Amino acid sequence: MATVDLKDVKKIYAGGVEAVKGVSIAIPDKALCVLVGPSGCGKSTLLRMIAGLESISAGTVSIDGKVVNAIGPTERDIAMVFQNYALYPHMKVYDNMAYGLRNRGTPKDEIDKRVRETAKTLELSALLDRRPRELSGGQRQRVAMGRAIVRNPKVFLFDEPLSNLDAKLRGQMRVEIKNLQRALGVTSVYVTHDQLEAMTLADQLVVMNAGLVEQIGDPLDIYEKPASTFVASFIGAPPMNLLALTRGGAGRMPAGSPEEMAAVGHGSAAGSTALASAAPMLTDGSVVPFAPQAAATLGFRPEDADVTHGAEAPGGALAIPAAVEAVEPVGAESFLYCAAAGTRIIVRVHGRATARPGDQLRVVVRAEKLHWFDQAGKRVG
Amino acid sequence: MSPRVVFPNKILPYLLLAPQLAITLVFFYWPASQALYQSMLREDPFGLKSQFVWFDNFARVLADPNYLNSVRVTAVFSIATAAVAMVTALLLAVMADKVIRGRGLYRTLMIWPYAVAPAIAGMLWLFLFNPSIGTLAYGLRWLGIAWNPLLDGGDAMVLVVAAASWKQISYNFLFFVAGLQAIPKTLIEAAAIDGAGPTKRFWTIVFPLLAPTTFFLLVVNTVYAFFDTFGIIHAVTGGGPGKATETLVYKVYNDGFVNLILGDSAAQSVILMVIVIALTAIQFRYVEKKVHYG
Repeated sequence: MATVDLKDVKKIYAGGVEAVKGVSIAIPDKALCVLVGPSGCGKSTLLRMIAGLESISAGTVSIDGKVVNAIGPTERDIAMVFQNYALYPHMKVYDNMAYGLRNRGTPKDEIDKRVRETAKTLELSALLDRRPRELSGGQRQRVAMGRAIVRNPKVFLFDEPLSNLDAKLRGQMRVEIKNLQRALGVTSVYVTHDQLEAMTLADQLVVMNAGLVEQIGDPLDIYEKPASTFVASFIGAPPMNLLALTRGGAGRMPAGSPEEMAAVGHGSAAGSTALASAAPMLTDGSVVPFAPQAAATLGFRPEDADVTHGAEAPGGALAIPAAVEAVEPVGAESFLYCAAAGTRIIVRVHGRATARPGDQLRVVVRAEKLHWFDQAGKRVG
Repeated sequence: MSPRVVFPNKILPYLLLAPQLAITLVFFYWPASQALYQSMLREDPFGLKSQFVWFDNFARVLADPNYLNSVRVTAVFSIATAAVAMVTALLLAVMADKVIRGRGLYRTLMIWPYAVAPAIAGMLWLFLFNPSIGTLAYGLRWLGIAWNPLLDGGDAMVLVVAAASWKQISYNFLFFVAGLQAIPKTLIEAAAIDGAGPTKRFWTIVFPLLAPTTFFLLVVNTVYAFFDTFGIIHAVTGGGPGKATETLVYKVYNDGFVNLILGDSAAQSVILMVIVIALTAIQFRYVEKKVHYG
């Protein structure tokens, strides 16, 4: 039971490479904090610094209000689940779990009691006499969890613990980890590159990129209001569609053809002469209404878009002419891959898609579902 | 588990095995059987005729106090050599594992002694520790240590053990370094998080995981100490003083080629063969059971 506080933490390697460039995160007690980001973003380095396996170049790491920079991993009272599980191959499952307790001088009968209790909750009781190599991947994963839980530490650290499991088992273990963490109420830091894991597990989601934090918050808040184009494209599968906007130059004035009317999306706006040449345009030259002043990129989620074959666009919506390139039926939904405004956009439709590759249609997004980002990629509005 | 590969050709497998079998037969089984036959013959002093005497040679050899002394010398020498060579090599390997700068150079330098021929290694040590000309022997005397391997059997034993293990340390070092590198770093980290200090980590994680390497080296070092140290002993002490460093192999040579008692010598080499086979069998049967292959 502890809080974990990172204050302006940096990691600079001997060669001058800056892996973590000043990260501050306050993890509340009992929370499951997920660090997510592409490989090389510094999330694992950050976790290893919390564990004490990497030195801290600058800033402070505190556990339960106490700065632990100078304290080694042995004394930090944390437990870690490694990506490859790091089970001791020469010890039986029982001894693997008892090792940490023995090192801390716990009495023998107490060790026995705790190991057996933990084994029971993780359904490992029948496996206590086996060695790690006699276990399946999922069982090894459980033992690694058991080894962490049995010590009852202040903080759990997870370093991509599910990435070596197959998809089905991963889903199952994800739910189990979440339930276990809830039940035990131990503050946890979980590193993953899988945005689905991140979304489903996190109480507090930290999106990292290139050694910096892009956004911290509730997973759904981040999903609904991504702070930057990076977050927008990283969180959510398939990722948010992002379309670059240009200004100035001679924008094609919408002049009555259905496509161009639709590009403006608004029947009445189409005729308006208020559309100056400074208005934001897509790269194909069609003018985009609703755009805030600073907007340089337009984004929308695949599930917020719809397609229409008709010439009429609904009011209060943006319509982008697009050509269907591929259709992916998944069952409950279908993904349409379309070429529009010089890029590819993905649209999610329910059930069976009526569109076929080669179809010319329009992608329609309601105005309130549009996200806007400025030149630096930061959210606008 | 893996499917058995079946060759349609019945003769080809035997043909492929033939060269290896021929070499083993000609260079191992034939001489070995010759030794066995020889060990049951007694030759007259002039080598003109020999007589088949069954196990008389064995009986005489085993009753000979000199032979029993040689068994004791071999035991002391082998255990000491293997122990010194392995413990020192492990220590150096653990240190080398911590070195980051100049790691390659350090390792290369560590390997050189292995390239030195046994007799030359022996001579090097003799030059250093010969009581009349040895540089380090002079230093020892200056420190007040009565050092004379030419007269004192114990000193002589220390000298040959030092020379023999010095040569073997490089070899052991290489294997220990490789063994240490094969231990995943995350295991050490996991142990550190599990509250084990460096010493505890070594004895509870690193050392058990090195067991396969250690076991392999134990076999190799025992065989080395038994057989490959002849050159060192020959160069340094010649088995002396007063048979204090006369190992079984050295006695086989001495009795057979110097004293020309061929029957006794052959009987001794047969016994030696049995001892080494037995030792290796014991090591594989009992020690290997306690070894964990990750």
